[in-house]
Amino acid sequence: MAELTRSTHPKPLQWLAGFGRSIGRFLRLMSRNKTGFLGFLMFVGFLLLALVGPLLIPEETSADITAIYETPSRAHILGTDSQGKDIWSQIVHGGRDIIQMALLTGALSTFVGITLGALSAVIGGRFDATLTTAADVWLTIPRFPLLAVLATLIKLDNLMTLALLLAFLSWAGLYRSIRAQVFSLKERDYVEAAVALDLGLAHIIFQEILPNMMSYIAISFTFGMTSAIYAQVGLVFLGLVPLSRNWGVMINLAWTQGAIFFKDSVYFIMAPVAAIALFQLSVVWMSRSLEEIFNPRLRTG
Amino acid sequence: MSTITADAQTRAGRRSVGYWARRIGSNYLVRKIIKAVFTVWFVTSLIFVLIRLMPSNPVEVYINELITQYSLTYSEARDQASALFAFDVDQPLLQQYTEYLGQLLHGNLGTSLRSPGTPVLDIIKAFLPWTIFSVGIGLLISFTLGVFLGMIMAYKRDAWWEAILSGLASMLSSIPSYIIGIVLLVFLGVYWELIPIHLMRGSHSPGVQIGFTVEFIKDIFYHASLPIATYVLATIGTWILSMKSSTMSTLGEDYVTVARARGLPESRITTAYVGRNAMLPLVTQLLISIGFVVGGSILIESIFVYQGIGFRLLESLNTRDYPLMQGIFLIITISVVVANLLADFVYGWFDPRVRVAGGD
Repeated sequence: MAELTRSTHPKPLQWLAGFGRSIGRFLRLMSRNKTGFLGFLMFVGFLLLALVGPLLIPEETSADITAIYETPSRAHILGTDSQGKDIWSQIVHGGRDIIQMALLTGALSTFVGITLGALSAVIGGRFDATLTTAADVWLTIPRFPLLAVLATLIKLDNLMTLALLLAFLSWAGLYRSIRAQVFSLKERDYVEAAVALDLGLAHIIFQEILPNMMSYIAISFTFGMTSAIYAQVGLVFLGLVPLSRNWGVMINLAWTQGAIFFKDSVYFIMAPVAAIALFQLSVVWMSRSLEEIFNPRLRTG
Repeated sequence: MSTITADAQTRAGRRSVGYWARRIGSNYLVRKIIKAVFTVWFVTSLIFVLIRLMPSNPVEVYINELITQYSLTYSEARDQASALFAFDVDQPLLQQYTEYLGQLLHGNLGTSLRSPGTPVLDIIKAFLPWTIFSVGIGLLISFTLGVFLGMIMAYKRDAWWEAILSGLASMLSSIPSYIIGIVLLVFLGVYWELIPIHLMRGSHSPGVQIGFTVEFIKDIFYHASLPIATYVLATIGTWILSMKSSTMSTLGEDYVTVARARGLPESRITTAYVGRNAMLPLVTQLLISIGFVVGGSILIESIFVYQGIGFRLLESLNTRDYPLMQGIFLIITISVVVANLLADFVYGWFDPRVRVAGGD
């Protein structure tokens, strides 16, 4: 950050070198925490799988009744499903939707939560009281059942709609924790000094408070991502949201086609289950490294 | 003399209405309760409107079912449906709403549309205890165990098993609860055939007498074991990690250092200084998570076919049984509101600072 802001008009080469340096620094910091770095690598792996994978591995659309529920072999790395389709190719093609939606929801909900939480704590007064009451009321609405109702109401076959809806629904929890955090930061000496010097709202929020909350923000973002995946896959699993082929739909299909009866379909249901579990895990593990980068108190060794 | 006191008395009398209203209004407890009632009303109204906006309605769903299941013609099915439902879908929304609220104030939640004549309250009474039982036991186990483990791990950060437990905890906390449920069911029940899942469905075995007998208690734990295991596994990671990080940040606080410098015994520092302050955010989290877990029981209960409130909610959602849906939403909302009220009071009790500054 510091290198980038020092020179206001860097030449492309300098900029590139600076960019490379900060990437290197980022990776060095990331790799301090072994678990976090592993999560980061897994996350990058999933991104590659979802974005580049579909270009390399063709999507199998035709069913093959002679080859249903095959165990893993060289031709089918993860075996085949109830219609004889290759499971591995479905995994490769089923990730993009979920990951895109998760990133989008994470970014949106973090943005909303931070803006409202910080404003509320800094402005205070009636504004804060109103928002806090609204958040309290909002938090008591059973979220997943409400989602189930909304899912039938709004056509959720669109990625953007679902992301917006999820971000909109999850503002309150994030708002509350950010507000509490800002409140406690407000009491710190350096913030009180800034207020006493009348440095302005923007300066106080962006220069004094936000930098001290970066670990919180990183966590919020990853939390937004994982809860988005929880909600989306859950809705799809219950058969309430019609989406194109993705991991959640695969679980739903495997479930309804008898994974609870046939031993053979274990690969069919476990492949998407493992994909979702590992992706969630990669995000959460990665967030540990992010947390440590921004909160030196936690750094080990 | 006498005129002065009389004047003062009337002034005091005139002032007292507004004065007392303000006094009551500014009371912490009263304000919280007013807010809670408002919340319940708001959520009830929101749900009331939302479920009527859902595509299709109970009569249409039933007609479709009759057509597909018994291959009736549309007019036959419609006649049968209208005979069954004492419910007019075309009644103005406002009229339905005022009637509903009026009944609600009398403690009447209406009758279910799909099982005619059965009061919604009876259905809730029959299904809610199972959810409270399974979710309650699950959360209790995972919270106690998680707080205990998390605190130990914060103290023993260099131990070799700490990294393993920590990894395991983050793994569990990041995997959605229903995924854990599916994995349990597929591996234990289908792939390895260790447990007879078809026998474990439902909340209790058909022939068992309900009562405080050993046999009954054993039976309900048998049936609830998989949902409980799922709740424990799905939430324990979060408790471990939050307690660990909370303890760690408390250990860095000045008052702990000062307590050490004063030579207080380590056991006292651990319980009164670190433990109490580290648990603070978790207690609120626990009470708030109750609502979340009950909401998530829709998924868990339908995976294990456990006859709780979540299971019934999904059913009523699919059949568009308006009164039943409203009733279940109301119950869930009330339980969350009560849990939040408790969280506020408990927090105030634990942390006196809130009573002064954050309370207003």
